Amino acid sequence: MSTTDSSTTMSPARASRTESAIVRAARLGVLRIGYEVRAYFRQGDTVFFTFLFPVVMLTIFSVSFSEASFGQTADGDEITAAWFFLPAMLAAGVLLSGLQNLAIDIAMEKSDGTLKRLAGSPLPVVSYFIGKLGQSFTTGLLQAGVLLLLGFTVFQVPLPENPENWVTFAWVFTLGVLCSAILGIALSAVPRSGKSATAVVIPITLVLQFISGVYLRFSDLPEWLQNVASVFPLKWMAQGMRSVFLPDELVVLEQNESWDLPGIAIVLAIWLVAGLVITSLTFRWIRKDS
Amino acid sequence: MTTHDNVIEVRDLRKTYGDLTAVDGISFDIHRGETFALLGPNGAGKSTTIEILEGYRARTSGDVRVLGVDPGKGGLDWKARLGIVLQSSGESGNVTVAEQLRHFAALYPSPRDVDEVIAAVGLESKAGVLIRKLSGGQRRRVDVAVGIVGAPELLFLDEPTTGFDPEARRSFWQLIRTLQKEGTSILLTTHYLDEAAQLGDRAGIIAGGRMVDLAPIDEIGGRESRVPLVRWIENGTRREQRTTTPATLVTELVSRVGSEPESLEVIRPSLEDVYLDLVGHEHASDLSAEALNETEAAR
Repeated sequence: MSTTDSSTTMSPARASRTESAIVRAARLGVLRIGYEVRAYFRQGDTVFFTFLFPVVMLTIFSVSFSEASFGQTADGDEITAAWFFLPAMLAAGVLLSGLQNLAIDIAMEKSDGTLKRLAGSPLPVVSYFIGKLGQSFTTGLLQAGVLLLLGFTVFQVPLPENPENWVTFAWVFTLGVLCSAILGIALSAVPRSGKSATAVVIPITLVLQFISGVYLRFSDLPEWLQNVASVFPLKWMAQGMRSVFLPDELVVLEQNESWDLPGIAIVLAIWLVAGLVITSLTFRWIRKDS
Repeated sequence: MTTHDNVIEVRDLRKTYGDLTAVDGISFDIHRGETFALLGPNGAGKSTTIEILEGYRARTSGDVRVLGVDPGKGGLDWKARLGIVLQSSGESGNVTVAEQLRHFAALYPSPRDVDEVIAAVGLESKAGVLIRKLSGGQRRRVDVAVGIVGAPELLFLDEPTTGFDPEARRSFWQLIRTLQKEGTSILLTTHYLDEAAQLGDRAGIIAGGRMVDLAPIDEIGGRESRVPLVRWIENGTRREQRTTTPATLVTELVSRVGSEPESLEVIRPSLEDVYLDLVGHEHASDLSAEALNETEAAR
């Protein structure tokens, strides 16, 4: 162990502020994204339960129901299980990468001292959030890529050729991930310890997935349950994904027989804003007693 | 409270949790460039005090300035001038040593060279290893490295060498001496009195939320408690005498006995002896302190 070279003699840590606070927060936020994504993929349990889970489910559903038909296209092609469940799993992935991932991750960081360390450093809170949102977005996008690739190559799901559909995919995905991620940050305040985080968060995401048309066909659910699910964002994300990937004929299975894209945008935007408000009111690096 | 030569100024600091008083009106200053050791038994109020200074806890009353700023209102510019080594961490450690340090260095306006910091804490061979795969002592060295990578003006070290082997502790002391030479001001808490004696310029001893003594390290406890003790065996009986002039006593002894005195010892009370004396008197039973410690931990 050598001692620090004398050339590292301290210079006073008050740098001439050539950089504005906003630019600095953005720059450090981008830096955080790289750091967060790297750490994400080194956590075995997160990679499985958040990243690979929808991939595994798509595989199971596609194989189990390979004989079943989920309807026919106008040209008379059978709609396979893989085709039917691909949009559902894409929506589930968005929810898991945002809400489940961040709610558990931040609750853990709160209890294991990560946030306390950051609180003592000159990292702006905004940069921390940018890092988390960026992590959700990046990992969610990779996850969607894996799902699409699996669906297209292995299960021969026809992907939309119309650019309009991909534009819808882009905004539903982006709005969905941001909304889920912000709600995840808000939800991270609920578990009392890092250990209980999984027990608090997973039942919520699991129930949402069952009532929002991810594992069960939404049109099979009783109307009252459909209405309950309509309060929450996942139902709308799944509907948005169906509008992109399912043939237009299946619109008859939707509520009011419409994909209702404006409705999707409005509900997700409301949840996004609500999440932002809750987060800005409740998030603290550490619980400061008074 | 505008003295520019003080990095920390504390006046009549008080912190209560309901009926419990964790910190009961303590005052002290830390001068620029000085290493100040805050000593005391568990639950004495050390950690509460240091966390108030770091900005982690709100105080009940009293005046506190850290680098001229009220820690309750310190912004990012203020934090950029501090280095904090917290007591312990259980972080998941899914980044490598080098990644962690490079990341934290980037948060500060004028950081130290990352490779030099890694070398300074003796982790060159572990730079590419995930932090979660390190031993407890090695993780502690990463904590220290993260604390100094921002080239802080003021460094908080809360029991920094817990889990270090003796060799690592010596190396750590060497590192701290380098920082001291560079002018870093340091607030150190430790359970190792030899560490406080090695590194500290002055020490404050807290017991039961009060400062029971505050003095340069070699004057803690006052002159009385530092009076050397001469011990020897004469005619088969053990004799001992406290004296400020041990050499004179030994000379007299030699001429009186007419030979080398048997089992001669000149004992100068160590900081530890003095400390135990002080803390023991003020706080014979630590029961109430233990209780307080538990309430703090529960928060």
